[in-house]
Amino acid sequence: MASAPRFPLVARGLTVRLGGHVALERIDFTLDGHSRIAVLGANGAGKSVLLRTLHGLIVPTEGEVLWAGSRARPTDQAMVFQRPVMLRRSALANIEYALAVNGVQGKERSRRAREAIDRVGLAALAGRAARVLSGGEQQRLALARAWSLRPRVIFLDEPTASLDPAAAGEIERVIGEIHASGTAIVITTHHLGLARRVADEIVFLHQGRLTEQSPADRFFTVPRSPEAARFLQGELPWTTTSPAS
Amino acid sequence: MQDIQASLSLALRLLAGGDRELWGIVALSLNVSIASAILACALGMPLGALVAVREFPGRRAVIVMLNALLGLPAVVVGLLVYLLLSRAGPLGGLGILFTPTAIVIAQTLLVLPIVAALSRQFVEDAWGEYREQLTSLGVSATHAVPTLLWDLRYSLLTVALAGFGRAASEVGAVMIVGGNIDGVTRVMTTAIALETSKGDLPLALALGAILIVLVIALNAAAYALREWSMKRHG
Amino acid sequence: MDHHIARFVSRFATAWIAAALLASVALASRPAAAQDFITVASTTSTEQSGLFKHLLPEARKALGFDVRVVAVGTGQALDMARRGDADVVFVHDKVAEERFVAEGFGVKRFEVMYNDFVIVGPKSDSAKIEGNDVTAGLKKIAESRSPFASRADKSGTHAAELRYWKAAGIDQPRGDWYRETGSGMGPTLNTAAGMNAYALTDRGTWLSFRNRADLVILVEGDTKLFNQYGVMLVDPAKHAHVKKDLGQKFVDWVISPAGQAAIAAYQIGGRQLFFPNYKAGA
Repeated sequence: MASAPRFPLVARGLTVRLGGHVALERIDFTLDGHSRIAVLGANGAGKSVLLRTLHGLIVPTEGEVLWAGSRARPTDQAMVFQRPVMLRRSALANIEYALAVNGVQGKERSRRAREAIDRVGLAALAGRAARVLSGGEQQRLALARAWSLRPRVIFLDEPTASLDPAAAGEIERVIGEIHASGTAIVITTHHLGLARRVADEIVFLHQGRLTEQSPADRFFTVPRSPEAARFLQGELPWTTTSPAS
Repeated sequence: MQDIQASLSLALRLLAGGDRELWGIVALSLNVSIASAILACALGMPLGALVAVREFPGRRAVIVMLNALLGLPAVVVGLLVYLLLSRAGPLGGLGILFTPTAIVIAQTLLVLPIVAALSRQFVEDAWGEYREQLTSLGVSATHAVPTLLWDLRYSLLTVALAGFGRAASEVGAVMIVGGNIDGVTRVMTTAIALETSKGDLPLALALGAILIVLVIALNAAAYALREWSMKRHG
Repeated sequence: MDHHIARFVSRFATAWIAAALLASVALASRPAAAQDFITVASTTSTEQSGLFKHLLPEARKALGFDVRVVAVGTGQALDMARRGDADVVFVHDKVAEERFVAEGFGVKRFEVMYNDFVIVGPKSDSAKIEGNDVTAGLKKIAESRSPFASRADKSGTHAAELRYWKAAGIDQPRGDWYRETGSGMGPTLNTAAGMNAYALTDRGTWLSFRNRADLVILVEGDTKLFNQYGVMLVDPAKHAHVKKDLGQKFVDWVISPAGQAAIAAYQIGGRQLFFPNYKAGA
């Protein structure tokens, strides 16, 4: 993958308006290459919109996303969605597809695909049709697919939301390994336990605004903003007027 | 009732007896209809897919045009192709009027809008599902087209079969551009038309029965294929 | 893989289309092959009577090339020839044929054969036209306003029908009883059978028509019911691509003793349908 500097990833004055509604308002924050950031907030707070905007799927209405000072969107970043989308082909072939799209061919491609599927523990299902795998297996496959591209950063949007605890545990393990191999992690989740175990830093969103950004242990013990405090106590009302976060 | 009985036994006799003329007609019908379906798919599926995923100036106009072409009367297409291919027309020098090639051209023009419109619908729905993921992986809209078409292969096969069915049932346009020449451009539908107009209903019904069986068999195959693919891929 | 398929396909899009076209054309054109052939524009009545099915194999044996007949109404056949889509014309409307030659589209008109028209109608014959007088018969039909099915398609048969009405003193029949089908002989007979109506038809089509219902021949034998067929080579001066050598060979054969004998030999149920009448010097 490209060797140009990618970090820091900086969101500056990021504002996103979707369908007449302000999903994100003047977000400023910075991500460096070793980050493990969890974005927390109530439903509708704008977590998914933030991830998609950082990843480049949404164009901000105002403000900008800068990678090492440049507006150009780099290709060595990947995203894993809440419900993974697999093509109608085998599990391994899905990974090979992603590699091929990114210019990896021949023996190198099969090697990296095999390596990726092994690392997430799905080697036995490599030849199975991807779409008949269970939710947890597909999510692991999506992680393998993203990881095989050797991205600098992986965005994960509620990766364990539709999974049972065992599968969620597997995902957590893989995320840990991904970070250990040198990839930055940005994750949104409802599972506070997962956030606590996986993240070094917490970004807290409330109704589209970045209310707090602090190291994980401090956030969970001494949250600075009243909204964060209410959220942690489980009292934060669900915002009903915004599109899905 | 008597007619239908007589025709069924006649049909069986003709088929079993390997009547050369009958099988020649059936073979020609299959030939031209399969060729038209393939051509219409080769042109229409990518076209439908591109319209589904790409924004380009005039896209709405193209969509309106395709939908309008769906309602175009087949005989009008036949007439237009006839005028094109007639010696007095612009492509007269090719000398392909009253040949199977002319039939393929007319049938392709009839099937193309159907294939394009159906493909567009399938691809549009799939694109809605796949768009974010493919964009995330670095696939542009245009480059997504082959991926989408392959992923939708089972649905597109039913589209192809629908196209074939349309081609195989055309009479008017085929009559005009083919001339219904005995042994050269006489296909099942035009043969049925001829026999009916001669009042030879049993023979016409026999041919019709064969045509129906063919279409049913193809659709059964398509259905089985979809069932198998659902099991395999979910 | 598909990324590269996409590039490959878009780069060679024109080549793909051409290949698909060629493949389809090759696939579809196999029966045609590279044989010599001529295109003859003729009428539905000659086709539907089965004459060509009998005659063309004989022609092929004698001449060594294929004769492809496109059977449409006389008006359309002559129009086809005017556009240059046929090499030879074989129809039955003397007036229109002579005009065709006069306009320079046809080289020369030869009389080939004749058959006759008959009037068919319901067995019950409510208008009481049975006999051998076409003029009287049509008059009775008009006066009694009995249902009559007409081809009304500018064919030779239709032209003849209108001539007979004129002879009976009716310029153009009009009214609910006169049904214009705008179609060929077969479909018109189908309609007549379905409506229990009278109709004018050539004997050939009638003899091979199987859907008669209640209809029978009621008027025949009137010499006015003569139906003369003519054959013409399309003039290469108007259309350079006309296969004039092969076309001329076919015309020559049809009026030759061999061709005339082949015409006479065609029978349905033991009855001769067409009577060759080429006279040299005519």
